[in-house]
Amino acid sequence: MKLEDLRKIREQAAKDLSLRTGEARVKVIVGMGTSGIAAGARDVLAALVDEISKRDLRDVVVTQTGERGLSSSEPVVEVRQADGTVVVYGDMTAERARRVVAEHIVNGNPVSEYAIEVREG
Amino acid sequence: MTRRLDVLVCSGAACVSSHSAEVRDALRCEIEKSGLSDEIRVVETGCMGPCELGPVMLVYPDGAFYIHVKPEDAEEIVQEHFLKGRPVQRLLWEDPEARRIVESKKQIAFFEKQVKVVLKNCGRIDPESIEEYIAADGYEALGVVLTEMKPDEVIKVITDSGLRGRGGAGFPTGRKWQFVANATGETKYVVCNGDEGDPGAFMDRSLLEGDPHAVIEGMTIAAYAVGASRGYIYIRAEYPLAIKRLQIALSAAREAGLLGENIFETGFLFDIEVRMGAGAFVCGEETALIASIEGERGIARLRPPYPAVRGLFGMPTLINNVETWGNIRHIILNGAEWFRSIGTEGSPGTKVFALSGKVKNTGLVEIPMGMTLRELVFDIGGGVPNGKGFKAVQTGGPSGGCIPEEYLDTPIEYESLKELGAIMGSGGMIVMDKDNCMVNIAKFFLEFTSSESCGQCAPCRIGLHRMLDILERITNGNGTMPDIDRLKRLSKTIIDTSFCGLGKTAPNPVLSTLKYFENEYREHIEEKKCRAKVCTDLITYRIDEDACRACGICANNCPAGAITGKPGKPPYVIDEEACVRCGTCLEVCPFGAVKVESGVL
Repeated sequence: MKLEDLRKIREQAAKDLSLRTGEARVKVIVGMGTSGIAAGARDVLAALVDEISKRDLRDVVVTQTGERGLSSSEPVVEVRQADGTVVVYGDMTAERARRVVAEHIVNGNPVSEYAIEVREG
Repeated sequence: MTRRLDVLVCSGAACVSSHSAEVRDALRCEIEKSGLSDEIRVVETGCMGPCELGPVMLVYPDGAFYIHVKPEDAEEIVQEHFLKGRPVQRLLWEDPEARRIVESKKQIAFFEKQVKVVLKNCGRIDPESIEEYIAADGYEALGVVLTEMKPDEVIKVITDSGLRGRGGAGFPTGRKWQFVANATGETKYVVCNGDEGDPGAFMDRSLLEGDPHAVIEGMTIAAYAVGASRGYIYIRAEYPLAIKRLQIALSAAREAGLLGENIFETGFLFDIEVRMGAGAFVCGEETALIASIEGERGIARLRPPYPAVRGLFGMPTLINNVETWGNIRHIILNGAEWFRSIGTEGSPGTKVFALSGKVKNTGLVEIPMGMTLRELVFDIGGGVPNGKGFKAVQTGGPSGGCIPEEYLDTPIEYESLKELGAIMGSGGMIVMDKDNCMVNIAKFFLEFTSSESCGQCAPCRIGLHRMLDILERITNGNGTMPDIDRLKRLSKTIIDTSFCGLGKTAPNPVLSTLKYFENEYREHIEEKKCRAKVCTDLITYRIDEDACRACGICANNCPAGAITGKPGKPPYVIDEEACVRCGTCLEVCPFGAVKVESGVL
């Protein structure tokens, strides 16, 4: 092994540890209560994680939360920036979730047509 | 689907003994059952620190910190937290001050005040995976050293960093390296001293278990710097988990070409062998350790010549402690300036401590040097439990001393602790409360050192026994006032004339308790009183006539049959002659009628 080889291995392996830094620019929280799961939150979660990993967005973490009470708008996804700005999206699907990743998280333009709540930081 | 959760289960020896392996298996089984195996990974890591709360586990990315997890909790954790995102509140760390449940590790004071350099990977990576170590910048320092630096440049960085030996004495590491580099010999050796022997100390064990590659990398860097080709890690046979993980790490490093012949394809050759010690305290002394590796009886040898000149098999040898080795790669990666920015002028960097005794959060902590003892004991340690007042803190194990409350604001540095009559030591820190008798503590350490004395020289072999005799006399109530002077005189003689460090430092616990708690010695001698009510020959148990309800529970439980009375007809009476002072009656009495007295004639 040469030093360059080591660095290559590290680049590959570093992705494995990226979850454990506990630091994130954006936190994406998926409502995974009973009604959320019934409305398809598992697919939404899977799509989010997949899209974020495809784009190699290492400063974005995806977590879940329980029931919010907005059963009629499930699946609900909350996007929380480090500065405290929060946008809550309702009636998510896998496809819409991918759009949120591309437009909101990457380009910084919240997708207003799905947003059901906005809070400034 | 891509992974979205990392579940880190602490697999340090403390958590393993509280069944963390069963928890890990139960979690994996539940995750499998719920079809989440692709999304969630369970990783075993080294020690996370708060050993008393084990088994502990940490869930990323949210940072939820679970304590006292049992295998039967696995289903609930997987269903509620991993699937539905609701952390299981009853298992999360609860902040004792704020009486609130803490949702993320970041909000826990125990972690917040620590600065993790050496322990950075402990509790974060899987110690059995070289890939995870590499992902955490592992072997980068070695690569840079071998391909871009000259040996004397490496030594200069270590010298400039001001790193001092973490084994306790605090000798400048860079200077030690320079001595070995300057020495001539056919072969040179690099040795890791992992003979951790202080009662209550487990820093080295935790580092070797949690991040074995860091020690290997540190040693390999040094080998290049001083021109050594063989290394030995001397470690106690009673640390089987540390040995296992080291062996795994050594083979992985060899396989990857990071150890052995032609490291990093630079032609540099170095390999490491693990040598197990049988657990003699004296083998922590470097020359005794060398004798033990050579297969000789583990006794100290005359210095000089120092090991740097003539050590293992008569060759120049560089010996450093486990934690010292753990610092090396960070200094190479971040530079001497960075290292000096942590800690104090005279004692740069961090220090790992094993916090134990009468303190709420016992476990493994790493702090920047210069933090006060008070911050360590009260902010990180959470103070003394059960409202019992703080009495003293003991640093440096059997070679160290006790520091009383009035010096709690002393910064933790090599020199400042020495001035107080204690030492930095390897990192044992035992907190004592008002229930600890300081004479008894001194006796405890003397019992340890006198039985661990190798017997080679008379001052240590005989002198420590005489000191122990005197301490036994005092705690039995047969001491006389001249005994205090005898202890001081004997201490001086033993310190001045012992052959090695064991004897030279063994009287320290007696001297420091005499310095700060001489009144307790006097009370034992003059008033036959042990204020902590520990010394059994000086205490009596008595039943309070007014409080006794004659239930008979004490008499039923007394193993010596020393309590008599008639049910319903108070009081019961303890026969002092027959009483063995075990304290059972005190524990079982529902009315608090049993009193312990000392010094009452």
